[in-house]
Amino acid sequence: MKTVVKLENISKSYEKGKYVIKNLSLDVYEGEFLTLLGSSGCGKTTILRMISGLEHVTDGKVYIDDKDVTEVDPTKREVNTIFQNFALFPHMTVYENVSFGLKMKKINKQEIKERVTEVLKLVELDGFEERYPSQLSGGQQQRVAIARGIIMNPKVLLLDESLASLDLKLKKMMQIELKKIQKKLGITFIYVTHDQDEALTMSDRIIIIEKGVIKQEGSPKEIYEHPNSVFVADFIGESNIFKSTIIHIDENKTIVDFDGKHFSIPRNEKDEIGKMVNIMVRPENVTISTEPFQNAIKGVIKTIVYDGSITKLFVDNEGDFDLRVTVKGSVDYKEGDTTYIIVDDKDIVAIREENHEE
Amino acid sequence: MKNKVLKRIVLFPIIAYALLLILLPLVYILFLSFCQNDSYGGMIYHFTLSNYLSIFDITYIGILLKSSLIGLVTTFLCICISYPFALVLRERSKNVQNLMTKLIMIPFLTNSLIRTYGWIVLLRKNGVINSALIGTGLIHEPLGLMYNNLGIIIGMTYTLLPFMMLPVCSATFKIDNNLIEAAKDLGAKPLSIFKNIIIPETLPGVFNGSLMVFMPAIGYFFISDILGGGKAMIIGNLIKNQFLTARNWPFGAAISMFLLIITFLLIYIYRKLGGKLDDLGGM
Amino acid sequence: MKHKTLKNLIIALILIFLYLPIIILVLYSFNTSKMNVLFEGFTLDWYKNLFNNRTLLEAFTNTFIIAITSTITSTVLGTIGAIGLYKYNFKFKSFINLLLYIPIVIPEIVLGISLLSVYTLTKLELGMFTLILSHISFSIPFVIVSVRSTFSKSLDTYEEAAKDLGADDIKTFFKITLPQIMPGVISGATLAFTLSLDDVVISYFTAGPGSNTLPLQIYSMIKTGISPDVNALTTLMLLVTMIILFSLTFIQGRKIVGEKK
Repeated sequence: MKTVVKLENISKSYEKGKYVIKNLSLDVYEGEFLTLLGSSGCGKTTILRMISGLEHVTDGKVYIDDKDVTEVDPTKREVNTIFQNFALFPHMTVYENVSFGLKMKKINKQEIKERVTEVLKLVELDGFEERYPSQLSGGQQQRVAIARGIIMNPKVLLLDESLASLDLKLKKMMQIELKKIQKKLGITFIYVTHDQDEALTMSDRIIIIEKGVIKQEGSPKEIYEHPNSVFVADFIGESNIFKSTIIHIDENKTIVDFDGKHFSIPRNEKDEIGKMVNIMVRPENVTISTEPFQNAIKGVIKTIVYDGSITKLFVDNEGDFDLRVTVKGSVDYKEGDTTYIIVDDKDIVAIREENHEE
Repeated sequence: MKNKVLKRIVLFPIIAYALLLILLPLVYILFLSFCQNDSYGGMIYHFTLSNYLSIFDITYIGILLKSSLIGLVTTFLCICISYPFALVLRERSKNVQNLMTKLIMIPFLTNSLIRTYGWIVLLRKNGVINSALIGTGLIHEPLGLMYNNLGIIIGMTYTLLPFMMLPVCSATFKIDNNLIEAAKDLGAKPLSIFKNIIIPETLPGVFNGSLMVFMPAIGYFFISDILGGGKAMIIGNLIKNQFLTARNWPFGAAISMFLLIITFLLIYIYRKLGGKLDDLGGM
Repeated sequence: MKHKTLKNLIIALILIFLYLPIIILVLYSFNTSKMNVLFEGFTLDWYKNLFNNRTLLEAFTNTFIIAITSTITSTVLGTIGAIGLYKYNFKFKSFINLLLYIPIVIPEIVLGISLLSVYTLTKLELGMFTLILSHISFSIPFVIVSVRSTFSKSLDTYEEAAKDLGADDIKTFFKITLPQIMPGVISGATLAFTLSLDDVVISYFTAGPGSNTLPLQIYSMIKTGISPDVNALTTLMLLVTMIILFSLTFIQGRKIVGEKK
């Protein structure tokens, strides 16, 4: 696959010695929908701004389409940004907004007109040319912003938390629409968000960032099913994470003990008896039963939250730990019921962190 | 880099202005205030504190006290007029409030001296007010409404009123209605609402207004000149005379520094009350 | 304060107080009586008289020349300055910022005499130039405060968006920044214009021979005796001022209507 954006050991610091981004490298491939996911203040927006050129890199190199653009002004980089809250110019009509970039390139009027018409058709806003941004709904504003960006035929479109200001229903709709537009155009999208749902729904690839460092990268499925750190497991989706101890090592599996119950996980070369391993199980992979089973964890249902298609149960094991369970549909349990929790070996993900808790 | 050139072009005029037309004049006045005056209206560059000591001379202390009193009465009257106006308008729609704020401003589009002249026509012995009162038989002898302290206070209050009305109105309009509703709900009477909610919420606004009323009220020499009939001196007249008549610039400079110190002190208090510098003098 | 009538009465009384001196002057500018006491009959004689009164007319034109020149200059300088102080950092920036508040907060008389002293020190001849310079001097900070109130995080983002779409600094300023801060610029200009017309104290110290302004002329006339021409002139001045200010508000209003329509 061809690389369109390449970040080579980039760093950013505003104060001497304090790094927001430290020695980060990243390849972005042509046509992919890449999401930079992280909590607020993790540096993801800074990375985006260093690609667009609105922020200088303190160290390292930025390449767009194999050209070194580290010192190139944002006005001359072939990338465009969809800003948070869209940044549509309030004193300009939809037409003036969308045609702004082409006018700056001094393209002739006839061509501008054709291209604006075409791009507005693409985002289904034909007929809105003379409206002002304040007369548009949030979803329409978002589409104008996309039109204003893609009309420039950028190599990459950068989206900075672009859906954050929409309400939940519209957000879900726009997520699908954004993905559709991206597939139709075949442009690379780099999307920044703190919303893991959004990341899982839209991305081809997710980069998880924490404190300016890449924690994990992979497809949504890989990241959800095989988080490589407690942080990622916790950040993406809901999870139950327990500290277990290795008690036995086999040829190809390792047995761990947690709360007197034994579980088998795939063996790792560095496993040693007595070493701690975090094991994680997603709430939807937990089965509960009223009957005691062998190797089942006993607990009391503290809270039941009915959420339409699913029901969430919070189970308490005599104060030692809490467990979350998600069940499809509704349940017959009451709060206070005693229950037995069964976890299948195949649903357990072992998280062995090299240097956890820095 | 191109950016550096642009930065210089953009910043040069404003910095030059701040240094040459703000800082230099004040530093020069400070310098003058420590100089000696010769009897021919010239200055001798010889360090002395005597100008500052002269302020506390019995003649000048009298002017200072009287002037401050006039300033305080004016400020008080402005507050008394502004609150009812703001409180009544608070209950009206945004449109009415905007219209009324504009209406306050319109008279002030003419020059303050011209408006003061209008007051002569109204206040003098054979003026509109006295003629009207005599005409209706309420009085037989014309009232002495001007050429005295009353005239000065009327003129000052009139001229400086918008400086109080605007901040008081904007502070009053901003009070959250829920606060007052909540107080009513808890059984507060109008007077206690005024005392416990309106006053604390509008205090920075009132202080802002007081600052913008009191300081000119001790400085606007032309009002005391015209409506006080030249007999009554306020600090403004004193400074003016030192610069233009008596030609004792060092002493005039010292009184000016004295005014500056009071101003900065009041601003310091205003900041402590939570006021913003940007709101000062804003019309 | 229970009765609506009482409340309306309060508003009415205050408004009457504010308008009384002006109404009187306008009214008497049409009065046949010279004495300003009773309204005896309607006449336009004072307006005719006025056009023969060279001193008054000259003062009138001077006043507007000063107001318009100083408004334009202080609006341009103040706007550029406000932007510069917002965008760039430099040594002593907070000190300069503090200095800029001084003309707003200090008593006018102190500003007046300090400017006079510096003009004397630098041997600048008092006249129209020093008057205009002084008016620019006390107006700039008001323009800055007014323009600064329109800066916001979203303005920064609009500018970034323009850059992102290929607009250089100059184009960004004229296409994005200026239209966005226009309300602040116009209200700053309005303020500068009003302050210039209203000023007595600073003009009093910084005017020279041959640069009489209308207020200064009236000031000296009050001591020697005033003719009803002054009433006519005052009415004219009010009219001209209102026309200028309303057109400024109109421009601003039309812009806002354009955006919200």
